Amino acid sequence: MLEIKNLHVKVGNHEILKGVDLTVRTGEVHSIMGPNGSGKSTLAQVLAGRETYEVTAGKVTYDGKNLLEMAPEDRAREGVFMAFQYPVEIPGVSSAYFLKAGLNAIRKHRGLEELDAVDFLELVKEKIKLLEVDERLLHRSVNEGFSGGEKKRNEIFQMLVLEPRLAIMDETDSGLDIDALKTVARGVNALRSPDRAILVITHYQRMLNYIVPDAVHVLVDGRIVKSGGKELAHELEAKGYGWVEAQARAAAPAKA
Amino acid sequence: MNAVAQQTNLYLEAFAQFEKATAGDGGAWLHPIRRAAIARFADLGFPTPRDEDWRFTNVAPIAGTAFRLAGEGGAVPGPEALTPFAFAGIACHRLVFVNGRYVPGLSAPGSLPAGVRVGSLAEALRADRGLLEPHLTRYADYHHDAFSALNTAFLADGAFVRIPRGQVVEAPIHLLYVSTGAKVPLVTHPRNLLVADEDSQATIVEDYVSLGEGVAFSNVVTELVVGESAVVSHYLIEREGRQAFNVSTLRSQQGRSSSVASHTVLLGGALVRNNVHPVLAGEGGDCLVNGLYLATGRQHMDNYMKVEHMGPHCGSRQFYHGILDGQSRGVFHGRIIVHKGAQKTDAKQTNRNLLLSEQAQIDTKPQLEIYADDVKCTHGATIGQINPEAIFYLRSRGIAEAAARALLLFAFAGESLQRMKVEPIREHLERLVRRWLPHGDVLEDAR
Ligand SMILES: Nc1ncnc2c1ncn2[C@@H]1O[C@H](COP(=O)(O)OP(=O)(O)OP(=O)(O)O)[C@@H](O)[C@H]1O
Ligand SMILES: [Mg+2]
Repeated sequence: MLEIKNLHVKVGNHEILKGVDLTVRTGEVHSIMGPNGSGKSTLAQVLAGRETYEVTAGKVTYDGKNLLEMAPEDRAREGVFMAFQYPVEIPGVSSAYFLKAGLNAIRKHRGLEELDAVDFLELVKEKIKLLEVDERLLHRSVNEGFSGGEKKRNEIFQMLVLEPRLAIMDETDSGLDIDALKTVARGVNALRSPDRAILVITHYQRMLNYIVPDAVHVLVDGRIVKSGGKELAHELEAKGYGWVEAQARAAAPAKA
Repeated sequence: MNAVAQQTNLYLEAFAQFEKATAGDGGAWLHPIRRAAIARFADLGFPTPRDEDWRFTNVAPIAGTAFRLAGEGGAVPGPEALTPFAFAGIACHRLVFVNGRYVPGLSAPGSLPAGVRVGSLAEALRADRGLLEPHLTRYADYHHDAFSALNTAFLADGAFVRIPRGQVVEAPIHLLYVSTGAKVPLVTHPRNLLVADEDSQATIVEDYVSLGEGVAFSNVVTELVVGESAVVSHYLIEREGRQAFNVSTLRSQQGRSSSVASHTVLLGGALVRNNVHPVLAGEGGDCLVNGLYLATGRQHMDNYMKVEHMGPHCGSRQFYHGILDGQSRGVFHGRIIVHKGAQKTDAKQTNRNLLLSEQAQIDTKPQLEIYADDVKCTHGATIGQINPEAIFYLRSRGIAEAAARALLLFAFAGESLQRMKVEPIREHLERLVRRWLPHGDVLEDAR
């Protein structure tokens, strides 16, 4: 479903991603872990289409299409969703209006009928309950004045409403207490299906206890330096990233 | 005559004729004031950018145009031409002025509570000297302001509204000023006197519109006198054509514990100067000065606020938002004067601007003059672009870029519109704003 080949990304003169390779097949859940500043959010943002990042080399194929050529809104309409590490506050735009506009744009693209306000509310009610989101948030401005936890839950709530085929979660677990984490995981697991793929970016394996990945990758300094099964997450949790970085450094000259 | 070639003589000649023409009518008691005003104008001339209050606005296009004073008896449009300007869903008390003159045939003052007056100033000048004299020309400063001087000199018609003590006028009073456009540039001097006595309530809308093309200059002065504990909402909508000049002054005088909200929406006109000048004279008064200006092309919109605190324990809040596109230019000049004795003043001022193009320009200037020691005054101004992160966030959820931009602009304008509490008027203005915004049509179903 998603194939990233030799992806290089720059911001200004600073190269952040230095050749990322990653393949995620339909139905799979992959996790990307890595230390602060290793480029995890950069990867997520580039996949969602943020234009401030410059792709200098490499290819990203999504469902056989060149993802990098698509506008952010077209990616969303084709089923890509990214839950932001830092969701943006948008004063004056109601959450309900925003989400309905997004959903209808996506439905239209999929050849489905657009929903009116009543049908929309019907549809979101159940997902609101699942994520234990306060229904009143819908009538507030997007993310404005939301607590950290509310913002994260709101991202997953949007994800459930928009029903993406490729979901990318950028540190959705950070700052969530264990109950909120379980709630979020319940939401994500509800979305898990054989025709969807999920990319979970996280620092900690804790969330992976609830969203069990098929593969774990370690991103260090703009490269994926190690991949493995879910036990890799436990190993990283126990030993930190130091040993992977050391291994990567040792391996680098051998490659050359 | 100086370099800008001001057409001051034309006004002096026109005044001589005007004086003759009005000699016989009942408003003759005003003549000494009119004469004093034209004399002041002759001395002052039109302001220039050397004048601190006009630093950012050059009125040479007004000063240099040979305007003709719009007279009585011009062609009057049919009622159907005015339907686009009505607020859907509410029956207003409506007065219509065509090229500055009251037109009874197009007006519908409706039924009003006992003692309430909603009519033309021309008529009141003839019959109600006693009601007018205590207020008319007492507040607007024609000694120092050339435009007020001109307006006062040519004072002939406009709206006269009076709400007696304790009366509540629930439906808005809609004052519609239509300029029809003519082959020659026309000037009108609408003069409004709005008096809300003690404990009364009213909503008054001044609405400036154009029918047809043509250069026109509306030089407006409104005196709003608000008695103790009275509550007044005043709206000014400028939606004239792109060849129109509009200079308006709202001078309000607030009594003890009164509350006034002034809402301004500037959409039209080539060169617009919007003076808002509340004087909080009594103790414990409160005023909201709320505005939105949207300019594009070569439009110039200047907002000059002068909020004067005279009595103690008064509050004033100024919120002005501007969106500037094309090669337009915006000005926000926010003066707050806290006089000696205006202790416990709480004055706040915010001006926020979005620039949509490289050529658009905004000058924003706060000016605080504080002569009391126990006061709270805050001010802040921002100039920026639409937040690109917000645009990306919206697009990442499937919303097209143009729609995302329109949505964010509408939200920005919405902060001003939300303060306008009369729903049918707000909805009408929201529609006008959506129509103005690039790709605003995608928001037709918003909220
Ligand atoms: N817009 C930008 N301008 C300049 N530098 C940037 C920008 N975005 C990211 N960077 C830099 O690129 C590097 C990678 O950042 P990124 O946010 O992708 O890391 P991350 O792995 O998500 O980190 P964290 O775990 O803290 O979220 C960091 O050194 C960061 O400072
Ligand atoms: Mg990050």
